[in-house]
Amino acid sequence: MFRLLSRSSLPQASTLAPKVDVLYDFILWISLISFVAVIGALIYFVFRYRRRTESDKTPYITGHSVAENAVAVGLLAVVMAIFAWGWIGYKEIIQSPAEALEIQILGRQWLWQVEYDNGRTLVNELVVPKGKPVQLIMTSADVLHSFYVPDFRLKQDLVPGAYTKLWFEATEAGEHQVFCAEYCGTAHAQMFAKVKVLEPEEYARWQAEGGQAQVAATTGGKKGAAHSVHLAVNLAEKGRQVFTQKGCMACHAVEKGKILVGPSLFGIFGKQETLADGSKVVVDENYLRESLMDPQLKLVKGFPPLMPTFRGVLTDEEVNALVAYVKSLK
Amino acid sequence: MAEHSHHKSYLEEGGVKSWFTTLDHKRIGIMYLFTTMFFFAVGGIFGLLVRLELLQPGPLFSPDLYNKFFTLHGAIMIFMFIIPNIPAALGNFFLPIHIGAKDVAFPRLNLASYYIFVGGATLLILSLLTGGVDTGWTFYTPYSIRTATSVVLATLGVFVMGFSGILTGLNFMTTVHKLRAPGMTFYRMPLFIWAIYATAIIQVLATPVIGITTLLLVMERVLGVGFFDPKLGGDPVLFQHFFWFYSHPAVYIMILPGMGIVSEVIPVFSRKHIFGYKAIAYSSLAIAFISFIVWGHHMFVSSQSPLANFLFSILTMFVAVPTAIKIFNWTATLYKGSIQLKTPMLYALAFIFLFTIGGLTGLFLAALSVDVHLHDTYFVVAHFHYVMMGGTVMGLLAGLHYWWPKMFGKMYPETLGKISWAFNFVGFNVTFLPQFWLGSDGMPRRYHDYLPQYAHWNLVSTVGSWLIGAGMLLMFGYFIASLFKKEKAADNPWGGKTLEWQISSPPPVHNFEKTPVITEGPYEYGQP
Ligand code: HEC
Ligand SMILES: [Cu+2]
Ligand SMILES: [Cu+2]
Repeated sequence: MFRLLSRSSLPQASTLAPKVDVLYDFILWISLISFVAVIGALIYFVFRYRRRTESDKTPYITGHSVAENAVAVGLLAVVMAIFAWGWIGYKEIIQSPAEALEIQILGRQWLWQVEYDNGRTLVNELVVPKGKPVQLIMTSADVLHSFYVPDFRLKQDLVPGAYTKLWFEATEAGEHQVFCAEYCGTAHAQMFAKVKVLEPEEYARWQAEGGQAQVAATTGGKKGAAHSVHLAVNLAEKGRQVFTQKGCMACHAVEKGKILVGPSLFGIFGKQETLADGSKVVVDENYLRESLMDPQLKLVKGFPPLMPTFRGVLTDEEVNALVAYVKSLK
Repeated sequence: MAEHSHHKSYLEEGGVKSWFTTLDHKRIGIMYLFTTMFFFAVGGIFGLLVRLELLQPGPLFSPDLYNKFFTLHGAIMIFMFIIPNIPAALGNFFLPIHIGAKDVAFPRLNLASYYIFVGGATLLILSLLTGGVDTGWTFYTPYSIRTATSVVLATLGVFVMGFSGILTGLNFMTTVHKLRAPGMTFYRMPLFIWAIYATAIIQVLATPVIGITTLLLVMERVLGVGFFDPKLGGDPVLFQHFFWFYSHPAVYIMILPGMGIVSEVIPVFSRKHIFGYKAIAYSSLAIAFISFIVWGHHMFVSSQSPLANFLFSILTMFVAVPTAIKIFNWTATLYKGSIQLKTPMLYALAFIFLFTIGGLTGLFLAALSVDVHLHDTYFVVAHFHYVMMGGTVMGLLAGLHYWWPKMFGKMYPETLGKISWAFNFVGFNVTFLPQFWLGSDGMPRRYHDYLPQYAHWNLVSTVGSWLIGAGMLLMFGYFIASLFKKEKAADNPWGGKTLEWQISSPPPVHNFEKTPVITEGPYEYGQP
């Protein structure tokens, strides 16, 4: 029972955690007060008005619409306040700061693959700097998963065939548990990872060391061998290779303004694109993915529907790499 | 009431065979009752096995076996027990009697519904024998498309059982509109009938959607048509929309009938007119209506758009209002009453106690930012057990004890009833209260094993499940034993005013010797 009044035993390790907890506490108090009022009255009535004789007399009361309406209106006000508070908090959860550090997460049965912009890849380990916003760009290779960090009070599903995002700013150095919160089969309960939060200087050092590993590996040096999990090729660089191998350059230039069969992909990321039907979309990860999988779905204005679908041709890793490459074209 | 005794009771005539071809709504109700209570026991055993695995950290069963246990626990409890139980068993038995009718509008259809239900249930059981299912009762795609387990049989079972629900709903709606006795206006109907009526509307409107959804899933698995699997060009989140478009309203298919029973029991055992009849009646309809536009609250972190999240969060908050009105009105009915704490009343009070907790914890989950943390954790598991088991099942048990003497003409043993109630009520809280704390500490649901920091409350929770098991076992035992008692129950042991208490126990075959003429409401207790 001592737990009743305390929200949880978890540390508040992100900027968002304390805000979520305050609302949790607020609802908890509202609930406790309402519960005591209702159940208190109930218990009191049961004892005060228990049947004494078979011929007990009871009054004829059929209702009291003023009281009922007052309860309804009062309650409506309270729940609207809770709703508004929840929405305000949620807006912060979904709006990532522009300068956030981007990291790719690929969930698969039953591990988490973490990929940095410089191509470094980790498994079941996400290393981030303290006090800097981090944006996770996530997708799944197979079924649904959900990236859940209780210490951050954050969770987001990973959906195969689409990208979802989750941002946070860690406020406590150290390790934080990651769970998979969306049921995904046999080892769902073992699909763990750790978020390792480093002090900014330490993070810089960690990054530099990874960068060296990458240089070493590409030049065939010995140093890279020590970091076997680190993929030696920069993600955008890998994307450039896929771009050539899969024949994208036959139809797309990567120089500014140069039109081949299709539009140039230079600088399109984050821009607004006008479509053939006159509507507008912002070019983001999901739009790029869709352009590859269902190219006819959203045609760029002024271009014929000539792009073939790459569904089944590109692996998830290749799509991720292509997206990183298109992003880098600026 | 000796003058009834020359009329044969519905239990007397014919042998076993006459039961299987009966068109009597009472007999069909009893068949539903036994069938669904059997499934309740089976689902309960799976629930106990789930808790047994979680007694301590470390595996007891293999993960795949555990995953099948929790899937079957959920699927059996929902599709084969909670959804059909109160409406099809108690509703079938008492709806015609409550409105002064001889039977439902379409007795043959009523029997057909029963057999369709049995057919669907058989398919689900077959899936159990052919390897089981491991998707969770939610069948989320694309996992449900790729898993090697027996998903097709299970979803076909759900599909078939759905028809049974639709037909029963149609039958009840027609009965309420067409067969009310002279003088039985809508506002003179017992609130149980309002609840069953609102439930029937949801069943008829929402169930086809789960039918179509399961069919699409089967087509995708068998024929490879890409609806939900992105590998085939489908959208996995679309499945969640379809699924919850049915399954949220279904939550109210499950709870409204329980609320209806509570509205019957409380006035009778407090000898008071129900407080705010119309408010309770209309709040059932309001809940039925709102239930169709809140499904997205199950999908706040699914990648659903922020605008959708905004709307589903605010709409969900509205549900609190009609629900709270009911709780307020039931409690107010007790005021200045003459309260008798018999077993049915104890269960009705337990309903209010537990359902209030279930409702209030729903606020945490409806608030967007808090739900991001709590979604898919044990907090949700605790919340819906407080609503479904603390609510519906307690309501059912109130109804079973309340109507047992009427249905079978035999009284259950009062002292054992109270002991079993105490086991169930205490056991329930010991099992599920700690799960709120596990959830807010971040333990995800559907976990076959857990980290050591969660061991403490899991242990408590499993011990609680044994208390419930003991309580239920005792209850099943005394109910069955009571059927063999010699002593006959009185026609109106509780002093009830609704029509079933004005006829003999058990009721005669045609319910009423003469069609009754109704001149007042069902809760005319107390002195003006
Ligand atoms: C046969 C020619 C052709 C090939 C090969 C081709 N595309 Fe395209 N692509 C087009 C055309 C034409 C359009 C514009 C019409 C449309 O939107 O589908 C386009 C549109 C796009 C767009 C949307 C651009 C915008 O401004 O919104 C992207 C991104 C894209 N392609 C990426 C690729 C990638 C990556 C590849 C290689 C895997 C590729 N394309 C291969 C013809 C092609
Ligand atoms: Cu998982
Ligand atoms: Cu819901």
